[in-house]
Amino acid sequence: MFWYEGETIPDTIEARDLKKAYGTTVAVDGIRFTVRKGEIFGFLGPNGAGKTTTMKMITCVSPRTSGSLNVLGMDPDKNPAEIKQRIGVVPQETNLDPDFTCFGNLFYYSTYFDIPKEAAALRADELLEFVQLKEKRDVAVEKLSGGMKRRLILARALVNNPDLLILDEPTIGLDPQARHLIWEKLRTLRMQGNTIVMTTHYLDEAERLCDRLVIMDNGKILVEGAPADLVREHIGHEIVEMDSSDEVVGCLTELKIPFEQTGDMIQIAATTDSAREIARTILERCKPEKMITRPASLEDVFLKLTGRTIRE
Amino acid sequence: MPNILSIPRITRRAWRVWYRNMVVFTRTWQVNFFPPLVEALLYLFAIGLGIGSYVKEIEGVPYVTFIAPAILAIAVMNSAFFECTYGSYVRMYYQKSFDAMIATPLSIEDVIAGELLWGATRSVIYVLIMLPVLAAFGVISLPLALLTIPLAFIGGLMFAGIAMCFTSLSPGIDTLNYPAFLFITPMALFSGTFFPLTLMPVFLQYIALALLPLTHLVAIMRMLTLPALSWTILLNFAWIAAVTAIFCLLSINLMRRRLIV
Repeated sequence: MFWYEGETIPDTIEARDLKKAYGTTVAVDGIRFTVRKGEIFGFLGPNGAGKTTTMKMITCVSPRTSGSLNVLGMDPDKNPAEIKQRIGVVPQETNLDPDFTCFGNLFYYSTYFDIPKEAAALRADELLEFVQLKEKRDVAVEKLSGGMKRRLILARALVNNPDLLILDEPTIGLDPQARHLIWEKLRTLRMQGNTIVMTTHYLDEAERLCDRLVIMDNGKILVEGAPADLVREHIGHEIVEMDSSDEVVGCLTELKIPFEQTGDMIQIAATTDSAREIARTILERCKPEKMITRPASLEDVFLKLTGRTIRE
Repeated sequence: MPNILSIPRITRRAWRVWYRNMVVFTRTWQVNFFPPLVEALLYLFAIGLGIGSYVKEIEGVPYVTFIAPAILAIAVMNSAFFECTYGSYVRMYYQKSFDAMIATPLSIEDVIAGELLWGATRSVIYVLIMLPVLAAFGVISLPLALLTIPLAFIGGLMFAGIAMCFTSLSPGIDTLNYPAFLFITPMALFSGTFFPLTLMPVFLQYIALALLPLTHLVAIMRMLTLPALSWTILLNFAWIAAVTAIFCLLSINLMRRRLIV
């Protein structure tokens, strides 16, 4: 299929009123989103927000309760095998095959896609090199470290040269080195034209990688947009932060500076220009014990929208 | 929405799952080929020659010749049953292999069908290894006994289907011990294996014929190895065919219900 200039490129994923209920529990409650070709699209949200359930519906392993869903121009209910032939999946749980080596995991996984043996072997070696596991080629998977296992799962998701890559918490439990390596690989894949959908708990990860993202909570999408836009719209540019005490609270109230109190912290949202001004006033008048000014981040947006209550 | 009696849509991709299991099995073939060899010899010596030296003859045949088909039938039952209970459970629950497979063009129906086919194949492999041993002892009659090889596949598929139903319903791997001890072990003893069915009270004979799959498998095996063919072989086959179809179908639907939510 060719798409000429002027023609619109069809969206890779299109969901409308997408809903998933388990009995009376509604895991995904009528969400709407579109993923465009060639972008990295993120799903953020606390535990139980419905991110993984959404991924399972996209990857055709969990049927939707209602609404419409279109993946690569097809309906997961009607053409699951055709869709799955063209997507790569990195699950949250490590489910490598313990009966095989690194190479074996990639090679035999390829057979499930009907990839001819010679091509599969070639591709497996190529991918081992891509995720820097070439020297572990013939090592049993249980001998790998956590980071190596995640890299091997990423390689496994690529055996069929997918048009769409779905990653559920790709860097969960990894050390900073391993995370950076995965990020680098994902950016390389995007440059090669892949469309990537990912869920993550790490907001810095989302901020660095995602072109656009949604924040979900209780099965609903709260906001959608580019990370920088979301921060600007919902928080501002800068945050002035200080330890909370009765004196400081009284002082700020007196100065009529709007602030937010969370636990033992006080936060004041500000623009780049006003931050310095506010900080100086507070320093002179309220004399807080400790105060910092820092750029606002996606984490501030996240906590503002989803609250600070711990989720199970 | 498919229910537990729907006809599952299975594609030829099921053989990919079969192939994966076959590769793992043959890679450790030294370990896997040993048990059936030993099992055949143990039964032959302990029961066939040991007890056989007192029993001498049953229904006009030497005792060891009488139990030879039972050794084959029990091996068919055990290999398929244990493969599709403990083996499949480990792959499903501990290794998460099924989850990994259904992320590819394989459907859950393909995966379970592949597991069932593999369970049946294991039965065939067991019989293939045991046959030469039994032939060497002169307790089976060739070439008719060679038909036990395709029979092992049919019988294996039956026990694979029954096993997979237990796997789909078992809350944990330990609860699979119940069907193993309460169903498989008694069946190995009371299905006309080591003594003829006719020695049991009549109502127990009817129960064995109505409810114990091994009874029918042993009956066919015995007709082939003695050989002593009779038209009743058709009834045995019909019973096995019906039970195999029902349980294979049921097991695929039950597994889908367990895994696809």
